[in-house]
Amino acid sequence: MNFENQGVIKRLADQYGPENLAVVLGNSEASGVEVFAETVTEGDPSYAGPLAGVSLKIPVYHVLEEDVMAVVPEAMREEKLQLSLLVIDVEPMRQVLQAAREKL
Amino acid sequence: MLNGKKVIAIGERDGVPGPVIAECLEGAGLEVVFQATECFV
Amino acid sequence: MTDLSSKAVRVGIEGVFYSLAHVPDLVRYGSKPSRELRTNPALEQQLKNQLRNFSAATAYAPHQVYIGNITPAELSNLQKPWYDKLIEGATSNGRFGDLVDQDRFYCQLGRADQFNLVTLEEKWRQEHAAKHVNGKATRVGPLIEIKTLCEKGALGLYAGERLVGAFEQGHAEDASLSADVLLENLAAKVTAAHSLGSLLNALKLSPEEIDFVISCSEEAVGDRYNRGGGNLAKAIAEEVGCTNASGSDVKAFCAGPMYGIVHGASLIQSGVCNKVAVVAGGSLAKLGMKFESHLKKGMPVLEDVLGSFAVILSQAKTGEPCVRLDSAAFHPVRGGASPQAMAESLAEKALAKLGMKLTDVDRYAVELHNPEITVPSGSGDVPRTNYMTLAALAVMRGQIKKDQMEDFVRTRGMLGYAPTQGHIPSAIVYLGHALDALRNNEIKNASFISKGSLFLGRMTQLSDGCSFLVEKS
Repeated sequence: MNFENQGVIKRLADQYGPENLAVVLGNSEASGVEVFAETVTEGDPSYAGPLAGVSLKIPVYHVLEEDVMAVVPEAMREEKLQLSLLVIDVEPMRQVLQAAREKL
Repeated sequence: MLNGKKVIAIGERDGVPGPVIAECLEGAGLEVVFQATECFV
Repeated sequence: MTDLSSKAVRVGIEGVFYSLAHVPDLVRYGSKPSRELRTNPALEQQLKNQLRNFSAATAYAPHQVYIGNITPAELSNLQKPWYDKLIEGATSNGRFGDLVDQDRFYCQLGRADQFNLVTLEEKWRQEHAAKHVNGKATRVGPLIEIKTLCEKGALGLYAGERLVGAFEQGHAEDASLSADVLLENLAAKVTAAHSLGSLLNALKLSPEEIDFVISCSEEAVGDRYNRGGGNLAKAIAEEVGCTNASGSDVKAFCAGPMYGIVHGASLIQSGVCNKVAVVAGGSLAKLGMKFESHLKKGMPVLEDVLGSFAVILSQAKTGEPCVRLDSAAFHPVRGGASPQAMAESLAEKALAKLGMKLTDVDRYAVELHNPEITVPSGSGDVPRTNYMTLAALAVMRGQIKKDQMEDFVRTRGMLGYAPTQGHIPSAIVYLGHALDALRNNEIKNASFISKGSLFLGRMTQLSDGCSFLVEKS
């Protein structure tokens, strides 16, 4: 996750309290998701960004996970997200994110 | 799950972009406090 | 399929040329490496250890595809990792492109510099006199002078460990004329000029025949009062000897080249111009963008090339490849940012204007970034995601079945092979191969779809895109 977004998340965590936040991602592939999840739960694994060593424990989801899709109004889901379900392989991402959420 | 949480939407240009995640979750009645789209290339 | 040819508007594509300037010792000045090396100087040696030489860059399969010696289809049969399985007997001259080595690039920088920004070390310059193209003399100086300039803040131009030149700032108090900004801009000028000059040679055209140049790369040329004033196009025209041409820049992030061609084609179609060159130089800022992940995985630093291209447009000739100007489509403000909305604007609706379906296109050129560069850093396989999006839209419209998506991607798409140079991979990189495939009747048409991440500039949250169809006249 780029350092600017890490900085914003840190600021929002200070402002609202990390327990009141959730991150929802839109990655196209699983390869970046694990790093994103670790960054906002345990801290930036590259130890370089604003969240280096900062353990926020914010739960991370992907917008295409079933539980997230379920809360989106149907018309919006069909118009804006449905196509992405055909393109993006959600299951590997869901597994990574589920494991990260269970560790919290 | 997401109930009562304030949402930070980090999208990806070729995946699902930030504004789309934000619209969908606002449509669900959630508060989105920040959205961004990362473009890796 | 309805042809609607009574309304067809065609502009001829005379040719295209692509160049890669291999500049391993400038990777340190890319945006990401320069920032990382400042905070972690120990990285510099690691970076240097994993730079590749010119012969490895030449024999790198994606580069051979880029310059036209291997087709994208052939690339999919080649063993990976491509950086390890180099192509035997590869040459730096391609069917429609070339690779330029660093020494020659430094000489080109010196020749193109009109403001004494570049000083080359005199012994090195003498050793490489043969690489110095005709033109004005380059400023030279003894090594001691080069070292002094670098101590005062000039950027060192290295050839391995050897300091061979210095690149100075243009103004002590103007951030828009700092050494790094001017190096970025001069590199774009020089690489674009090389591609245009090479294309004119290849087509046996004289530079005087060009009456307009459009430049569409992503640098900002100006000073503190006009930070992005632009018209690098005219500087490029001058450098190449297009004395009858003026020019202007088209800026649209990565979609710049596609818009550039639409604007250029419109100048031809309207009769305002006869021969328009659309050019783009390389992006020095993007050198080494993902270098950290390459170092971590024991890979060579793959983002060590500046990509450029030139296209010449003129009146359409029967039987020759052309741009269908009437197919030009843009992503409007109300278009929506979802992949579906983008594909609808840029592919579906655009084709519908010509009475075509998604499945009436033989080949799509999308964001063609080399996955060997992007996957190790978690950025994914960008071409594949874009092709799957088009295939998914075709499924939703009942044009193909879900189990035909992979086939759609395989037959109408291709593996990415372009370096991560922003505007370069964005569809336009395929034009050279498209012209061959059209002339050989392998395909009847090709749809070029590019996207621009406008949100990166912090002026809008919007995404953007531009597309058009190419076919034979």
